[in-house]
Amino acid sequence: MQKKLILDSDLLDITVSRLCQELIENHTDFKETVLIGMQPRGIYLAEHIHRNLTKILKRDIPLGYLDTTFHRDDFRRREIPAKASENRIPFIIEEKKVVLVDDVLFTGRTIRAAMEAMIAFGRPAKVELLVLIDRKYNRELPIAPDYVGKAVNTMSTQKVLVELQAQGHKHNKIWLINKD
Amino acid sequence: MSKLSQKHLLGIKDITREDIELIFETADNFKEVINRPIKKVPSLRDVTIANVFFENSTRTRLSFELAEKRLSADVVNFSASTSSVKKGETLLDTVNNILAMKVDMVVMRHASPGAPHYLSRHIKANIINAGDGTHEHPTQALLDAFSIREKLGSVAGKKIAIIGDILHSRVALSNIFALQKLGAKIMVCGPPTLLPKFIGQLGVQVELDVNKALQWCDVANVLRIQLERQQIKYFPSLREYSLYYGITKKMLDNLKKEIVVMHPGPINRGVELSSDAADSSHSIILDQVENGVAVRMAVLYLLASATA
Repeated sequence: MQKKLILDSDLLDITVSRLCQELIENHTDFKETVLIGMQPRGIYLAEHIHRNLTKILKRDIPLGYLDTTFHRDDFRRREIPAKASENRIPFIIEEKKVVLVDDVLFTGRTIRAAMEAMIAFGRPAKVELLVLIDRKYNRELPIAPDYVGKAVNTMSTQKVLVELQAQGHKHNKIWLINKD
Repeated sequence: MSKLSQKHLLGIKDITREDIELIFETADNFKEVINRPIKKVPSLRDVTIANVFFENSTRTRLSFELAEKRLSADVVNFSASTSSVKKGETLLDTVNNILAMKVDMVVMRHASPGAPHYLSRHIKANIINAGDGTHEHPTQALLDAFSIREKLGSVAGKKIAIIGDILHSRVALSNIFALQKLGAKIMVCGPPTLLPKFIGQLGVQVELDVNKALQWCDVANVLRIQLERQQIKYFPSLREYSLYYGITKKMLDNLKKEIVVMHPGPINRGVELSSDAADSSHSIILDQVENGVAVRMAVLYLLASATA
């Protein structure tokens, strides 16, 4: 199994800071904006961004977690059913600008499911997508991210592995792995 | 592992503790879903489910139907009283005819113990037992245990008394299996004629005095007297049964502790449970009904994914 490092700890911090600046550029004071991290792995990045934004703006921004399991289109096509996680959206998303946050964008199917799952909580004024890693040329649906940490050319046989300290790993490291 | 060990849900006896815990974790998520303004998820949109009821039911059938619809499944209902069963069709023929119309899952209630087990050996669809005679009623036991877990935090170590007509009750048997698998202690209580002779061999305590049972337990699961299954008299009169085994608010107030009162429904008010006890703060009877939908959604969801 071959592993190639895409992002290390330092680079990740720089990338997250840049993503925060881009968000501030578009949302200024975040009065009408909410962050939603996607379960199970996108929530760590969402929390990281939320921490940075709170520090910079000196005010709290609503942060929620969204689970897409029951809205997936690959149900009954998988060997083992995906395990559901908690939905925690303790605010109204009606007429708000929503920034969906996930770690890796691959086929786009999770994002499609997320948009459907989100609609059950209300009708947002606008939805944007922020991803840490954009796996280019692998999309199966017409979905594009608005904010990208790093775009990577990958083959569908490869895998992106995200290891974050918040998930219990020793260092922040993001790898590209060749499955043999 | 997030997968059930079984393809069907025929009885609690066949499933493991891990299965039960997986069902509960999944049901937690569905409970959140059914309390949203939009109570529906699209998970089972390509699944067709037949509810085949050879015996009467209100709660269970409605609960299953709601659970199926909230998962976006296509639902067909069938009840024996309005069907060709009256004309002499066999069980296997009836179900095979339904399956010929491309049905993926069958939820069945039948008066004969073992009917769903028999069916599971002859057809390919997933089968969920919604009560087979006096044998098992697995989803009721799951929702009972789920409600206890919700109310008391956990089931392990709790003392649960099952009171009433144990002999004719499928709920009692499934409850005993489910709660024991989760580590609870069980006592059964009722008149000697309504207790199966060898019930003690299941590892449950037997008590004839209802006051002692209430004194002992954390949770009292009160069962209905199933007159429709009693061809002979098991006790002199309903009035006498009520006098000796009926639970009243006064009895609950006289206990020096809080206990939880459950009932799988339908209640015969004034027989096994007085009205003031059924409507008291001890009672979680309506929570049981709400949880029933979430638990059945979890069972349907997990079984449907196993067919892939």
